[in-house]
Amino acid sequence: MPESLIVLLALVVVVGGAFLVVRRSKTRVPSKERPSPSRPQRSPGSTQAPDLSTEPILDRTEAVPVPSEPPTTPSTSVRPSLKDRLSRSRKFFSDRLADVLSGGVDEDVFDDLEAMLIQADIGVEIASRITADIKAKASRSSSGEEIKALLADELIELFDAQRDRDLVFAPESPTVWMIVGVNGTGKTTTIGKLANDLRERGHSVALAAADTFRAAADEQLAVWAERTGSQMVKHQPGADPGAVAFDAYRFAAARDVDVLVIDTAGRLHTKTPLMDELSKIRRVIEKEGKVHEALLVIDATAGQNGLVQAKEFSEASGVTGVVLTKLDGSAKGGIVLAIEHTLGLPVKLIGVGEGIDDLEPFEPKAFVDALLS
Amino acid sequence: MFDSLSSRLDEIFTRLRSKGRLSEKQIDEVLREIRLALLEADVSLKVVKAFVVDVRERAAGAEIHTSLTPAQQVIKIVNQALIDILGHETAGLKHTDRPPRVILMAGLQGSGKTTASAKLAKLLKGQGRKPLLAACDLRRPAAIRQLQLLGEQVGVPVHFFEGAAEPEVVAAGALQEARNEGFTDLIVDTAGRMNVDADLMAELGRVASVVSPTETLLVCDAMTGQDAVNVAEAFLQEVEVSGIVLTKLDGDARGGAALSMSFVTQRPIKFAGVGEKLGDLEPFHPDRMASRILGMGDVLTLIEKAESAFDEAEARKMEEKLRKADFTFEDFLDQMQALKKMGPMSQILGMLPGMGKMPLDPSQIDSQLPKVEAMIRSMTPAERNDPTVIKGSRRQRIAKGSGSSIQDVNKLVKQFEQVRKMVRSMSGKKAKLPPGMKLPPGMGF
Repeated sequence: MPESLIVLLALVVVVGGAFLVVRRSKTRVPSKERPSPSRPQRSPGSTQAPDLSTEPILDRTEAVPVPSEPPTTPSTSVRPSLKDRLSRSRKFFSDRLADVLSGGVDEDVFDDLEAMLIQADIGVEIASRITADIKAKASRSSSGEEIKALLADELIELFDAQRDRDLVFAPESPTVWMIVGVNGTGKTTTIGKLANDLRERGHSVALAAADTFRAAADEQLAVWAERTGSQMVKHQPGADPGAVAFDAYRFAAARDVDVLVIDTAGRLHTKTPLMDELSKIRRVIEKEGKVHEALLVIDATAGQNGLVQAKEFSEASGVTGVVLTKLDGSAKGGIVLAIEHTLGLPVKLIGVGEGIDDLEPFEPKAFVDALLS
Repeated sequence: MFDSLSSRLDEIFTRLRSKGRLSEKQIDEVLREIRLALLEADVSLKVVKAFVVDVRERAAGAEIHTSLTPAQQVIKIVNQALIDILGHETAGLKHTDRPPRVILMAGLQGSGKTTASAKLAKLLKGQGRKPLLAACDLRRPAAIRQLQLLGEQVGVPVHFFEGAAEPEVVAAGALQEARNEGFTDLIVDTAGRMNVDADLMAELGRVASVVSPTETLLVCDAMTGQDAVNVAEAFLQEVEVSGIVLTKLDGDARGGAALSMSFVTQRPIKFAGVGEKLGDLEPFHPDRMASRILGMGDVLTLIEKAESAFDEAEARKMEEKLRKADFTFEDFLDQMQALKKMGPMSQILGMLPGMGKMPLDPSQIDSQLPKVEAMIRSMTPAERNDPTVIKGSRRQRIAKGSGSSIQDVNKLVKQFEQVRKMVRSMSGKKAKLPPGMKLPPGMGF
């Protein structure tokens, strides 16, 4: 039962916290005295919560004595030698694959293959498994080309070929798509590209500026609305995003707008109140209509944390698909492989550039080819 | 999720009771775990390889510490090697004899340059300096407006040139304004760019040559994966990176990108973005990052937070109570209030080492705690001070009052009693941390 554990754990933390403070205060150097935080005296039985706003939650200005041991080796002598070991070559995957495979198949080949997969952010677990599979399937006489084909097959298999990757439209308008993700993945830009695509196909589009947190987010969205000839619904900065979404939905329904795209503020998946806000946006729309797509925007540079993000966002907003952005950089975006494979979330779109047309449907084969190129 | 390196190393070494020098085979086994831990933390593979070689050398020549177990010994070596890369001290900004000090912000799209610029401006202003912000991101729609609004919020003027086509022109104008108006610092926000986009990278070089920055800070998202090496190398070719700003560190990413970037650029990480508020930029602590990358928890930050949330006298009183095992619901409530000030519970738990051993998703805690609090608040003072009186009808009343079920109340009371028992058995011995909360070596108090 999760609850019981939680109580137990909360207590452990409380106890631990008290010990930490005491242990530390015992060893505190007298000269490093710091003013003890002033806070209202709480009498036992008082249920009044302390005023959180009046004192710094975390005061970093004080010098904290950091216990440190002398370094075992002077740093100056370590860095250059370490640096020397780094090869500066930044070859493309295919070149390296060719290099690897030209030497005939031996144990090293598989190690290198695994390394290449890891470097594409696929994750150690999947990379090791794929490598082991290929090793089992390959024979001593396998050619480089055969191994490469085996590798491509393995990777494509991780994507479900039967999975529907088309964006869902409502039988009756408005269709509602909400766009979610952590900060800086390219949500607003993706919306601009989506709106452009929809407009080109003759749909009427409304954008909801439900990112009321970031400075000038609504203005950024307004630029896209203007560029694409879409309508836009916004409130004052700092307004309740749920209210914006609701008004936008009413607006879209009343004016017979085909597709409503909701922009949300970037948020880290660890912030519970912000994640709850996403659930709320979905709920308010579902009072009168339906959210047909909740698209999670993942940045191609994302590392293993992308998997946690996808899981958390799914729980909060019922993610229906993934948009992989910034694939025009040097990052391979291998984390989406892990996301689709472990969480079953289909990758639906990819962003491949800064142009308004640079949004494409996701195709597993093309993606894998690019990954191996 | 929090399967930490230290717990995995512990596993390896449980088979081996003796202390002392490590054997070749053990070192191999250990290095494999370290490699895995670093890769899972998103440290770039080439950095991992170089790092592992370094650790092997150090481990082979390591002296015998009789006071340390083999696991602790290895972790100490690894920790030290990490800190050697990340830097030994918290690095501040460079000074210049001829003000203004120009700080150029560079990075990929979405890494958080504009926000970091405003946060830095606020930080400098708080130090009594007079910063000016320059809006040189002319590409992203409304980027200038964003910086203007942020400038207003932190009370720092923003130099901009609506309709400008070239960022270097804006930068030159900003530098002129900074000189004329006696600004001490000029923070230049630039457009995000792909490291493979040669034109845009060259543009960054031009901006740099116009303002000749004292500091060029590479802004890096803590959630970045393997590509961090390529990004750092590409920016290094175009501008003289002097330091790194690590953003979005308030998430739960291990932040291995920090190590990759620092390793490639051989520059220190100077600041870390730890929240959405404009005050949430902190000097970077290499030692803490080392533990985070290794999944050993950020004990020092936790302690710092605890210090500002608990006061000493109360903590002593609490320890006394714990020893005598008369810890009541009342005390629990008090502790919970103090703990709340430290931030979300899930975040605090993330900083604790040994979380890997707890079969629990910490993100659930924040949603569960209010329920627990409601139940305790529905108890009378007598009930809080002596949970044993909580019987049938009282349980019913508490459940009603807190909007929970009787089962929930039962569970709470039962669990509380168990913990009290646990505490009682602990307090017989010396006060010590609960199991699974071992402190990493080098971080003792």
